[in-house]
Amino acid sequence: MVLKAFFPTCCVSVDSGLLVGRWVPEHSSAVVLAVLHFPFIPIQVKQLLAQVRQASQVGVAVLGTWCHCRQEPEESLGRFLEGLGAVFPHEPWLQLCRERGGTFWSCEVTHRQAPAAPSAPGEDQVMLIFYDQRQVLLSQLHPPTVLPDRQAGATPASTGGLAVVFDTVARSEVLFRSDRFDEGPVRLSHWQSEGVEASILVELARRASGPVCLLLASLLSLVSAIGACRVFRLWPLSFLGSKLSTCEQLRHRLEHLTLIFSTRKAENSAQLMRKANTVASVLLDVALGLTLLSWLHGRSRIGHLADALVPVADHVAEELQHLLQWLMGAPAGLKMNRALDQVLGRFFLYHIHLWISYIHLMSPFVEHILWHVGLSACLGLTVALSLLSDIIALLTFHIYCFYVYGARLYCLKIHGLSSLWRLFRGKKWNVLRQRVDSCSYDLDQLFIGTLLFTILLFLLPTTALYYLVFTLLRLLVVAVQGLIHLLVDLINSLPLYSLGLRLCRPYRLAAGVKFRVLQHEAGRPLRLLMQINPLPYSRVMHTYRLPSCGCHPKDSWGALCRKLFFGELIYPWRQRGDKQD
Amino acid sequence: MEDERSFSDICGGRLALQRRYYSPSCREFCLSCPRLSLRSLTAVTCTVWLAAYGLFTLCENSMILSAAIFITLLGLLGYLHFVKIDQETLLIIDSLGIQMTSSYASGKESTTFIEMGKVKDIVINEAIYMQKVIYYLCILLKDPVEPHRISQVVPVFQSAKPRLDCLIEVYRSCQEILAHQKATSTSP
Repeated sequence: MVLKAFFPTCCVSVDSGLLVGRWVPEHSSAVVLAVLHFPFIPIQVKQLLAQVRQASQVGVAVLGTWCHCRQEPEESLGRFLEGLGAVFPHEPWLQLCRERGGTFWSCEVTHRQAPAAPSAPGEDQVMLIFYDQRQVLLSQLHPPTVLPDRQAGATPASTGGLAVVFDTVARSEVLFRSDRFDEGPVRLSHWQSEGVEASILVELARRASGPVCLLLASLLSLVSAIGACRVFRLWPLSFLGSKLSTCEQLRHRLEHLTLIFSTRKAENSAQLMRKANTVASVLLDVALGLTLLSWLHGRSRIGHLADALVPVADHVAEELQHLLQWLMGAPAGLKMNRALDQVLGRFFLYHIHLWISYIHLMSPFVEHILWHVGLSACLGLTVALSLLSDIIALLTFHIYCFYVYGARLYCLKIHGLSSLWRLFRGKKWNVLRQRVDSCSYDLDQLFIGTLLFTILLFLLPTTALYYLVFTLLRLLVVAVQGLIHLLVDLINSLPLYSLGLRLCRPYRLAAGVKFRVLQHEAGRPLRLLMQINPLPYSRVMHTYRLPSCGCHPKDSWGALCRKLFFGELIYPWRQRGDKQD
Repeated sequence: MEDERSFSDICGGRLALQRRYYSPSCREFCLSCPRLSLRSLTAVTCTVWLAAYGLFTLCENSMILSAAIFITLLGLLGYLHFVKIDQETLLIIDSLGIQMTSSYASGKESTTFIEMGKVKDIVINEAIYMQKVIYYLCILLKDPVEPHRISQVVPVFQSAKPRLDCLIEVYRSCQEILAHQKATSTSP
């Protein structure tokens, strides 16, 4: 197999020294992590490597020598470098050499032991692969390959060679902690040797986050304890809590905040990203909510809104009255059954009259209510939107009632019709066997059944028309509520931090790698540059989506149409915790 | 070592295949597709603008004309950035893997790298494409659970669509490297 030497780009122009890294025999690759400069004492080097091996569980060793000099190494230097191979025994021993200011490299591999089978000449080729150490250290491969053993070097051969390289560099962080300003026994060159990267703000935030998280976590646990107390389990409040989407959204946000301020550290990078995404989502929510708040409370817009609300409700009720008058006449040229038409029409008109009276009763308090509702926007735009959805549901409660009446009536009619139709044909529904069986009826049973069937059949168009009209109205309201819920879902589940990371630091989220062949000369080893291939945006969204509130449509389109045809009540959105029908 | 030959694709357009032999273990094949023709660009632009002018004479709203200009510009930019592929490259490196790069007309490059451990073989397959039967080169990937099964077929040179003679050249070179890779990987 071709021997692959992974060499960091930061060490390309450093002085001569020893190559320190890890040898992976299964993939025949040598991952160079740092260059150790002359002069050094071999005992200290071995001690340092043993410390690093123990701390990082990576099999770090001296892999060979690195020579960066003015011209080709002289004979004596060559023998000195080979002699080092005896001090630090490693199989195979690499000797990389580069002319100062030149572009071409040379690489020799020495196998100490004779190979078991005679190898063909030119078999032992070497490939130099340059990699950016900082980027490889910070990046994360997707899909994450789980490397099970954390013992030194015990990697199963089935994992890809590149995942091993990434893992080696990531785990050898302890080797990169010292820089050239530290007075240590050895002098290393790696990506941090010009100075360890750190940020004062990050350190301060880290120190401050401990007590702040503790305080907020205790506050949040207090709030959730209050929320879980017995009072809220009693019937009216628990029913309201399950039906109102505002309570659902508040519960969701409380969960998010508990996650953010929990005192447990994130175990792996997926949990860390989740926390960061949640923080970004909450911040965006609150920012948008505060914008909305400032817009609402400026220039007395709430007053205008409150003044417009009662006339709008009046207008809607008037339109409904016109609609009912139209249905009671001859709607679209169809001839209705006069008596049933008048009964249903008058019943619904009385309903609307009651509703209007309630709205007028409430009208002096509307402005205060709206002002307090507007304040809730400081908890987040999603809470304000959920409140809006709930207010729409409350204001169109009469439409919902009409829909239920119409649907129940229609449902009863359809069931009666189907049962009497079976009687008309001389059949019966056998409950025990769950199928239709023939049955011999008496004459008077047949007579009454046929009479009732005829009555129901001729009354069907009237009921069907009322049902159709009110179902359409109800579906319109449901569509509006659905749009609002969609927007809330979008704000809840968008992974803003991951998208921002992909935009600004694309090497952090890696889908893979890409190679570029550098300038090549015959007779010299092949040189490749390995770069990070960033994850496409669609995969970022898919991988890091936050779990949403759980308001998915319950039925498929076919099931919905079936329910509408048979007059069964439809509840299009399934809330979390609803009992299954 | 570099050489260039011209072939044709399945529709009769001219393709240029550039082969680079960097070393016995590393080869690159670069297929250049025919460029965007001025004729088709002019034809599309004229159609869109004539349609917009027709709508303008009906509606007397000058927004339609500016909208048509915007649509043409955005459409052209989108086409160059997302659809029109200028060059497709296949880089095969012994014991490392196979890399496929597509460069778009706007300069964007999209790269996929498949590690050698996942590659089972490279074959030329036949396929029914609309009313034609065409040949295409594809990479067979191993199933991680069961090494003898094929988990995925990855076609190569999908937008250039060269004919069989070009595919045979690429196939022979790739098989040399794969054979060498298989011979050395079985040895300890």
